[in-house]
Amino acid sequence: MNSRVLTIAANTFREAVRDRVLYNLVFFALLMAGGSILVGQISIDIERQVVVNLGLTAVSLFGVVIAIFIGIGLVSKEIEKRTLYTVLARPVRRWEFIVGKFFGLVITLVVNTFLMSLGVLLALLYVAHKLERGDLTVVVAIYFIVLQFVVVTALALLFSSFSSPLLSAVLAFAVFIVGTFAEDLRGFAAMSQGVTRVGATIAAYLMPNFAALNVIAEAAHAKPVAGNLILFNTVYALLYALAAVAGAVLIFERRNLK
Amino acid sequence: MPAIEILGLEKKYEVGFLRKTEKVALKPFELAVQEGEIFGYLGPNGAGKTTTLKLLMGLIFPTAGSARLLGRHWRDPDVKTEIGFLPEQPYFYDYLTATELLEYYGELSGMDPTAQRLRVPEVLERVGMTAAASTQLRKFSKGMLQRVGIAQAIIHDPKLVILDEPMSGLDPMGRLEVRDIIHSLKDEGKTVFFSTHILSDAETLCDRVAVLNEGELRAIGVVADLTAQVGGKVEVVWQGEKAKPAVEALGAECRTTASLVRAVLPEAKLDAALDAIRQARERLVSVTPVRATLEDYFLQKLGRKPLEEVETR
Repeated sequence: MNSRVLTIAANTFREAVRDRVLYNLVFFALLMAGGSILVGQISIDIERQVVVNLGLTAVSLFGVVIAIFIGIGLVSKEIEKRTLYTVLARPVRRWEFIVGKFFGLVITLVVNTFLMSLGVLLALLYVAHKLERGDLTVVVAIYFIVLQFVVVTALALLFSSFSSPLLSAVLAFAVFIVGTFAEDLRGFAAMSQGVTRVGATIAAYLMPNFAALNVIAEAAHAKPVAGNLILFNTVYALLYALAAVAGAVLIFERRNLK
Repeated sequence: MPAIEILGLEKKYEVGFLRKTEKVALKPFELAVQEGEIFGYLGPNGAGKTTTLKLLMGLIFPTAGSARLLGRHWRDPDVKTEIGFLPEQPYFYDYLTATELLEYYGELSGMDPTAQRLRVPEVLERVGMTAAASTQLRKFSKGMLQRVGIAQAIIHDPKLVILDEPMSGLDPMGRLEVRDIIHSLKDEGKTVFFSTHILSDAETLCDRVAVLNEGELRAIGVVADLTAQVGGKVEVVWQGEKAKPAVEALGAECRTTASLVRAVLPEAKLDAALDAIRQARERLVSVTPVRATLEDYFLQKLGRKPLEEVETR
């Protein structure tokens, strides 16, 4: 990667750290500690399932909220505050700025998720007293959650390149929710007829398929995940994010800064 | 080779939602700034100064025309390794310290890391910010931000420095220091192109100036040539009050202090005023030509002062 993109990414990460974005980890740690102690007392035999379900769902929600709220401001805030002027007055191409900001937030989310995942694994160790081979699925589930963040960040960036921060947040949340039920949308498309079928099929394939990226249930029951699903999901998420970031770049390249 | 060549740049905006009307922010014009010059870009607020600078830096796109910077095509991103830019009322990442900010911009400009380590403290000293080197920018005053702004514009030792209102927000001492920095940049052989509406700054600093009004280039030249176009004025001082109404009738501004009357009037009316004083048999004390300033030029050619700040200074 070129050095200007890395410099911008590193600065974006530094901003997130200094703006205390990672403080959410404190809440997360409290939630996990409290949750696992409580679960250890009230559930018999299913402690593991409850801890994994609760933990991974929390990791996913915390991350999505951060991805959307920081993602929509990544570029628009810099335009608003005019910090962008002095950056673009350097030999920085506009696409380098967008890509750098995108990677900066992805790095932030990876670090955040890594720390939260440690919390989940510790809680798991606390209730189950040992980690097993089946717990590898938990790691796969966490990897898929990171892929979701990559897609959500790219979408937030794309929406914020043409709409207001509030509308971008609403759009990104809406797409996240629709994407979570992508399988149902595909099922609906398969059942319907005529124009509805065409429309629903287009919508189903346009929306990111977050359902395929959600293996929390499998992780909770320690079921293995097929190797080709890991490969397919990786390619899918990266291509989807690439398309969204490319869209954001195309819009931003022509934009007159106020 | 000119440092900046503006070749018919034009910027129009569409305003309104349903019934769109076109607003011209900048009418096409040609302008060349030579290497090693300090060039002042003057005009009242809203004249199109900032629009021009933003066009040059590629922050907005023109509706027509183009430009050349340091002999290269203006859209070539690499030409910016040799250009420093200070935007109007700059705002920077406030979670960074002054040193970190300069390092960030140095890296983006492709500076060598070792050169950069030496350069950052040097530039901070030059703008008088050494004491605040490791303070986060969120704790900075407006004047301090302006100084850091100048520091970031020169961190990578550019050949061409473009400054948008570099003196705004500074106290008189700070303005003097910025003037010194601009002078020293010229001594180093750099080209400085800056916009301002504070005319005294332009008069003391600039080799040449361009005057912009309502998006239109009105004049380019040496300050002395521009002020020479303004009809000269003279100050007449005499003793006695009787001639005052007659002199005032000639369009002079009269002020009485003790027994002396001072009148400033256009040179062409001097004979008539002297006649009036002689007829009243009052004693003439002095007749002095008054040097025209850029402010007179603005008042006469544009029909207004460049801004409010002139009075408050």
